[in-house]
Amino acid sequence: MRKKKLHSSGIAFQAINYTLFGLFTLTCIYPFYYLFINTISSNDLSAAGYITFYPREIHFDNYMNVLKINGLAEAAYVSIYRTVVGTLLTVGASAFLGYLFTKKEMWLRKLWYRMLIVTMYFSAGLIPWYITMNNLGLTNNYLAYILPTIITPFNIILVKTFVEALPPSLEESAELDGAGYSKVFRSIIIPLITPILATITIFSAVNQWNSFIDTAFLMTDTKYYTLQFLLWRYLNESSSLAALIRNSQDMAASMQHKQTPGSVRMTVTMIVVLPILIIYPFFQRFFVKGILIGAVKG
Amino acid sequence: MRSPSTNVAHVTDHGSGPRRGIPNKYKLFLMAFPFLVTTFIFYYLPISGWIYAFYDYTPGIPLSDTEFVGFKWFKSIVANQTQMEEVLRVLKNTVAMSALGIITSVFPVAFAILLSEIKTSWFRRFVQTLTTIPNFISWILVYALAFTLFSVDNGVVNTLLIKLGIIEEGINFLATNSNIWLTMIAWYWWKSLGWGAILYLAAITGIDQELYEAAEVDGANRFRKIWHITVPGIIPTFFVLLILSIGNFINNGVDQYFAFQNAMNKDSIEVLDLYVYNIAFANNFPFATAVSMLKSVVSVFLLFMANSLSKLVRGETII
Repeated sequence: MRKKKLHSSGIAFQAINYTLFGLFTLTCIYPFYYLFINTISSNDLSAAGYITFYPREIHFDNYMNVLKINGLAEAAYVSIYRTVVGTLLTVGASAFLGYLFTKKEMWLRKLWYRMLIVTMYFSAGLIPWYITMNNLGLTNNYLAYILPTIITPFNIILVKTFVEALPPSLEESAELDGAGYSKVFRSIIIPLITPILATITIFSAVNQWNSFIDTAFLMTDTKYYTLQFLLWRYLNESSSLAALIRNSQDMAASMQHKQTPGSVRMTVTMIVVLPILIIYPFFQRFFVKGILIGAVKG
Repeated sequence: MRSPSTNVAHVTDHGSGPRRGIPNKYKLFLMAFPFLVTTFIFYYLPISGWIYAFYDYTPGIPLSDTEFVGFKWFKSIVANQTQMEEVLRVLKNTVAMSALGIITSVFPVAFAILLSEIKTSWFRRFVQTLTTIPNFISWILVYALAFTLFSVDNGVVNTLLIKLGIIEEGINFLATNSNIWLTMIAWYWWKSLGWGAILYLAAITGIDQELYEAAEVDGANRFRKIWHITVPGIIPTFFVLLILSIGNFINNGVDQYFAFQNAMNKDSIEVLDLYVYNIAFANNFPFATAVSMLKSVVSVFLLFMANSLSKLVRGETII
């Protein structure tokens, strides 16, 4: 810190400032911590509201048991499927299309690009969108999770901006050697744009994992439910959750720690939130880079 | 992947010489074509769904078998007292949430300015990293956390309040209609504040340090430096975001409200987007389409207004 006299008002300001940020940070992470200690503590103590600051009578039965709930494993599969396949496709498409849009010689390039950008600001509305998806046969269909996200204008802007900032000489020399567009894309562009592709990958993966409104709109058959949607159902239909616990084999009876709707709800929440919490520290810088590059073009 | 035969083809394709007779400009277009079609299908084709607003449509029956009713559904939005009241209630919620959002959009600005005043760099990084986490969980997960924390029988909030003697028995905070706007905006900022501050923090980092040093020589105190150097440095960013939020005034999104809505708070939580969802799934499709359509048209109008405003004030457009 720069050397200067610290006035008492300066000290007070800093004290208040540090306290405020400390408190806000605490409110941001405590809910996750609270949830976690409640899922590993005795279910009776948890149900009585005794678990506040630290876990008591630690056990992991909840996590063992929750996988036995009917439909949960399937929902996990759907969530993982849409995250992996959806992300791969959108990253591939964004990279390729972003690169193509840097080519000024493309026929009517400006028109196509503008048509793409406009979709960020204008939409036909949720219901017309739903009707269209329905007419296309994309209700109760896994493709409904994948196809609409392939084209994500923001990602394409990110790639285009990134490619345009590369030194043009690299591409030009390859083109002089007779390499076609797809060859240039594969062997020159892809290796150079991996940083931005990493950013897009992580953004799309988080978005896919977090999506739930599309399930609410498009899926009526339970086999297409994602973890997020299943969780929402558990939160809203506690009676059906209780029935589910009774009906799932050897869940309630045999185990030492009896499952309650509360314990199941919290454990499922923890399972859904965990992937995000695990990847977050490693990828934080990609998120930040994404928003900053995007803002330049914003 | 890399087949030798295509390599040969490329090598013989010298400079501007188009391969197989297709000029480059069309070749590029053809490569982009499948993606342009995808864009068309998922972003432009839905506009054709607007036609349903003019028919007595029920899902399952083909449109050709249903009756054309003209503007019946649009008129029905304001047809009777009950319907009027419902629409006004939804509009009130929408305007309230958007207005609260715009008023509180100074929060991330304040967050960034105050955080940049903290000179302990590990603490600054610590705050920034941890306060950004909530942005990356879905609204369902936020609701799930709220559900756990505010649960009536064993949630930590009720438990603490009872222990401290502030309340006698648990309050069901999530199933109440009172203060729902404030609750929603509070959750919104819990989720978005840290993330929203990142752009401003970047803008502050971009400010020339010499300005601060010069100001210090002139004897400026902390608040004068903030007011005369930091604030002007981030005003342009703030302005762009403010204008965009005007363009999005009636688009609150559906996720947050969908997650938090229940029978008790429905009256005050139903913003336009959620209302459209709710009436559509109460099986009144044409009516929902009509509202949806009006909403899109008004949004475009607002966007153009915001764009002109931006041109007027900043000399450049946002889109």
